[in-house]
Amino acid sequence: MWSIRWFDEKVDEFFAKGMIHGTTHLCVGQEASAVGVCAMLEDKDKITSTHRGHGHCIAKGADPDRMMAELFGRETGYCKGKGGSMHIADVEKGNLGANGIVGGGIPLAVGAALTSKMRQEGYITVCFFGDGAANEGSFHEAVNLAAIWDLPVIFVCENNQYGMSGPVKDMVKIENIADRALGYGIPGHVVDGNNLPEVMTVMKEAVEYTRNGSGPVLIEAKTYRWKGHSKSDAKKYRTREEEKEWKDKDPIRFFQDALIERGIITEEEADTVKKATKASIERSVEFAEQSPEPSADTLLEDVYA
Amino acid sequence: MQSSAVNSSNNKETTRSITFAEAVREALSQEMREDQDVFILGEDIGVYGGAFGVTRGMIEEFGPERVRNTPISEAAITGAAIGSALTGMKPVVELQFSDFITIAMDQLANQAAKLRYMYGGKGNVPMVLRTPSGSGTGAAAQHSQSLEAWVAHVPGLKVVQPSTASDAKGLLKAAIADPNPVIFYEHKLLYKTQEHVPEEAYTIPLGEADVKREGTDVTIVATAVMVHKALEAAEKLAEEGIDVEVIDPRTLVPLDEQTIVDSVKKTGKVIVVHEAVKRGGYGGEIASMIAESEAFDYLDAPIRRLGALPIPVPYNPALEKAMVPQVDDIMQAARDSVHRR
Repeated sequence: MWSIRWFDEKVDEFFAKGMIHGTTHLCVGQEASAVGVCAMLEDKDKITSTHRGHGHCIAKGADPDRMMAELFGRETGYCKGKGGSMHIADVEKGNLGANGIVGGGIPLAVGAALTSKMRQEGYITVCFFGDGAANEGSFHEAVNLAAIWDLPVIFVCENNQYGMSGPVKDMVKIENIADRALGYGIPGHVVDGNNLPEVMTVMKEAVEYTRNGSGPVLIEAKTYRWKGHSKSDAKKYRTREEEKEWKDKDPIRFFQDALIERGIITEEEADTVKKATKASIERSVEFAEQSPEPSADTLLEDVYA
Repeated sequence: MQSSAVNSSNNKETTRSITFAEAVREALSQEMREDQDVFILGEDIGVYGGAFGVTRGMIEEFGPERVRNTPISEAAITGAAIGSALTGMKPVVELQFSDFITIAMDQLANQAAKLRYMYGGKGNVPMVLRTPSGSGTGAAAQHSQSLEAWVAHVPGLKVVQPSTASDAKGLLKAAIADPNPVIFYEHKLLYKTQEHVPEEAYTIPLGEADVKREGTDVTIVATAVMVHKALEAAEKLAEEGIDVEVIDPRTLVPLDEQTIVDSVKKTGKVIVVHEAVKRGGYGGEIASMIAESEAFDYLDAPIRRLGALPIPVPYNPALEKAMVPQVDDIMQAARDSVHRR
């Protein structure tokens, strides 16, 4: 969780300095859902991610050096500098990619799950998406398809309360997006997305259910993005009081305190992890900065296989 | 010229003749027998056999796991095909009418076409999307369009538009073998057209045009149904002493530019004919390609384009016919080119 936090804080800093091109969408405050979900997966399992996907990538085992290099548009980046923040993928390792289209990745996850079922490969696919995507047609079409075919896919809605500036309460008539599962005949669970053990518990159950061939599950993790939607966001649509209220529910501090209280780690050990991950992300920045720009010769490469 | 892969030693009197629809089915069935990773999915393709009967009987041979009947949800069908292709399968989607590509457009234009490039060359999307297109059946404005220029515009997709049964078979097999997303248009009026199609497996490479008729006076580049209209026009023009060469690109992306350029250099005159609306149609691309090529200096007349009027496809049969180029229009354009002083 700390790696994710430091990665996105660093990206935020570099963005403000104009050192990163384009735009990025940060997941600071949402670390527990990415980590809790991916911690329950095996290496062979797959994920599809969103435009706010740095956390998912790191949680699925991506190398922050290569992620940072991608954000810097360098040759050593996951996409050789052609994808940027919104398209980080590592297909061979099961990360089928972040997606710049809200809801665009949901049918892809269903297709990956279809492969697993048809070839009996035994992997499951986790499909991350946001509360905003839950109102896209692709969500409804894809969940229905996965449901009727009993596909091994777990849909994880990270409800961070806003689809860009649109508050979920104004955009969705029902209280829980997970309740939509009922309409597709699959199980749905609401979970505190800031509570890592709770996410892991619900996810563990979902993984067992899905891996056994029982079909898809929809999990809604209620969380909050501390930062704006992207770099241009002045966050006028929400109050600072609301932001504070959620920051008081910091998923990292919550988990750390729980571990210390139970005597699993000491405060010093927690501090060591915090510092070590921060230093590691600093090294990722160095790696990215020292990496070469892609050669102009690569411009036309990889359009077609 | 037919692809060399087509065995021309077959005696036409003893060989069978099958329809375009049967040729497509034969290509699908051969590929599915050959490769367990190939499967088909789409609306009503199971017991119903597809809206145009192309997949009739396939569920009996291959079963519902590999002939996957889907709900009416074009985005999910297309997206599921992309996701399964990305993870190693070779799906072939049937969209009931090519007009419905509009509903799957995010999946095609933003996902299938771009994933490989965006991911820095990681991952292939070896899928085919087959879909019936075109007017002439009275299906009106939402079931009769020719929107091939939409997809041909998007880098990362390949676009195939066969005009004959034997081409359809060879091209579809090549499309399935291709590691990229391919949009495969099947004109509805061609489904029942019949010709000799070799029974054995063969492929026609994507990006190889076919000279459907050789001639010396004027080149007509035509696609799909327009190939047949151009050939009919050519026969009639021969009586007037005009010798027409008809070229069928067969694939729009990749486009066999050289065959077209060579023909224009030979005849000095060219007409591009397609059924899609002329404005923004693919004919403009072919015309520009010719104008930018070495054939420019050989042109003895302006490049002419024939395409549909810029209106939605009307229902009434006479209006529907009047919207798209007919044999007489092609003949007149050829005369205008040849007799220009």
